[in-house]
Amino acid sequence: MNTIILAFDLALFLEKLILIAVIIFASLGIALYTTFAERKVAALLQDRSGPNRVGPFGLFQPFADGLKLLMKEEIIPNTSNKFLFILGPFMAMTAALMTCAVIPWGNQVEMFGRTIQLQIADINIGVLYVFGVVSLGVYGMLIGGWASNNKFSLMAALRGASQAISYELAMGLSLIALLMLTGSLSMKTIVEQQMDSYWNIVYQPLGFLIFIICVFAECNRTPFDLPEAENELNFGYHQEYSSMKLGFFLFAEYIHMFIGSAVMSTLYFGGYDVPFLDESTLSSNVAALVGIASLMAKIVFFLFLFMWVRWTIPRFRYDQLMNLGWKSLIPLALFNMLITGALILAKSGL
Amino acid sequence: MQALTQRAKAVDRKPMTWWEKLYLPSILKGMAITFGHSFKKRPTINYPEETRPFSPVFRGLHVLNRDEEGRERCTACGLCAVACPAEAITMEAAERLEGEENLYREEKYAAKYEINMLRCIFCGLCEEACPKDAIYLSETFAPSNYTRKGFIYGKDELLIPHPIQDPEGYAKAKGLNN
Repeated sequence: MNTIILAFDLALFLEKLILIAVIIFASLGIALYTTFAERKVAALLQDRSGPNRVGPFGLFQPFADGLKLLMKEEIIPNTSNKFLFILGPFMAMTAALMTCAVIPWGNQVEMFGRTIQLQIADINIGVLYVFGVVSLGVYGMLIGGWASNNKFSLMAALRGASQAISYELAMGLSLIALLMLTGSLSMKTIVEQQMDSYWNIVYQPLGFLIFIICVFAECNRTPFDLPEAENELNFGYHQEYSSMKLGFFLFAEYIHMFIGSAVMSTLYFGGYDVPFLDESTLSSNVAALVGIASLMAKIVFFLFLFMWVRWTIPRFRYDQLMNLGWKSLIPLALFNMLITGALILAKSGL
Repeated sequence: MQALTQRAKAVDRKPMTWWEKLYLPSILKGMAITFGHSFKKRPTINYPEETRPFSPVFRGLHVLNRDEEGRERCTACGLCAVACPAEAITMEAAERLEGEENLYREEKYAAKYEINMLRCIFCGLCEEACPKDAIYLSETFAPSNYTRKGFIYGKDELLIPHPIQDPEGYAKAKGLNN
């Protein structure tokens, strides 16, 4: 027993703790400003100027919004299951934040005589972990919608659950083709492979198309935002929520977007890889900073894409959504898998 | 049936081609359109900082005028109140006393002059009815207050600043600056 405690590396523990704190606060901060960016981008695409009153260029708007949410009255419906009602937003938020554990944010930095990996956990089943946690996010929505004891919320929660499950299938199938190429489930290894050769998007354009459509569906973003369809389900599963519990639900969506963008950049766009730059010529710390900046740039692009699509195309009808998922994306993903397998086989010379 | 105009367009009910069924091209086209809009000029006028230019006959809140020596022009004849279709104007007349010649232009003046800005429809008939050029509608608009009572403007709110004691305020109220 004693040996186990002695073998416990305190410095490593502290290092990981600090990294976790930094990453969680960074994701929260980015999600905070994504709400602002969403409104600004919406305004930009609609010839408006967007929020510009709070602070310079309206930059303090997200804090004003957050403060407003905090100050609002907390209402818990009388007939609902109180425990589950509170658990809903909590689950949504936790599941959203947990995903960032396996994403390699950068290569490594050298600090205080230690080499610090800029990844909380380089587990060898990283991609599977992301999948597992992302599907947990459905529970937040489902529990929240069910505990609200409201028909609209329940319908929305059911819609959300079936949508998430349907699209996870196609997502997984499109990823299998990618994993056949990389031969590894570790996010870090996948990035390192892309640093040496081309990005995976070159090998898997169809797989990426399927993947990005599924990410849109998993994040409940337009055109797949059926669980919170304002005009038919009264804001869906978070209709009964108020104050910061509502804020958590809304926030979780933005964190999902952020993580989804990070996963897409990592799996298909080389993660922290900078194109046409040999990182080994730079010192380790500079390379890490450049890598983080590169990953962030990719993430910001995808976040913009999320918003761009949202303010361009209308919402799917529910049967259209299911048709697309089951009758188009899954066969397409299977086809993609087949082609990839055949090509790999042909390349290895049978 | 014969069409009334030449503008009717036949609805195309051909089944969609494979390319159209993909939807992706049209989605990309739509995204190009929305992105193009981000470079367009925004028609927004950021109100308190910028204002829309008014026409010279704009009818805003009322102002009770003074003559160039700073004496009130209003003689409380009541023609504006009669002309007012919304019955927003009330006044009480008083006689000018000895030594008040520098305050009031004529022998009779309005001791009390009230306009209910909630009733007023800003038609400008009072301005037209006034024989003494005492009331006119300014370019000030969007009055705000916490109570209904606050919208009944008395003489203290309506009178134009004194042209000799407060020439700047007078010029501003007259709209001479711009």
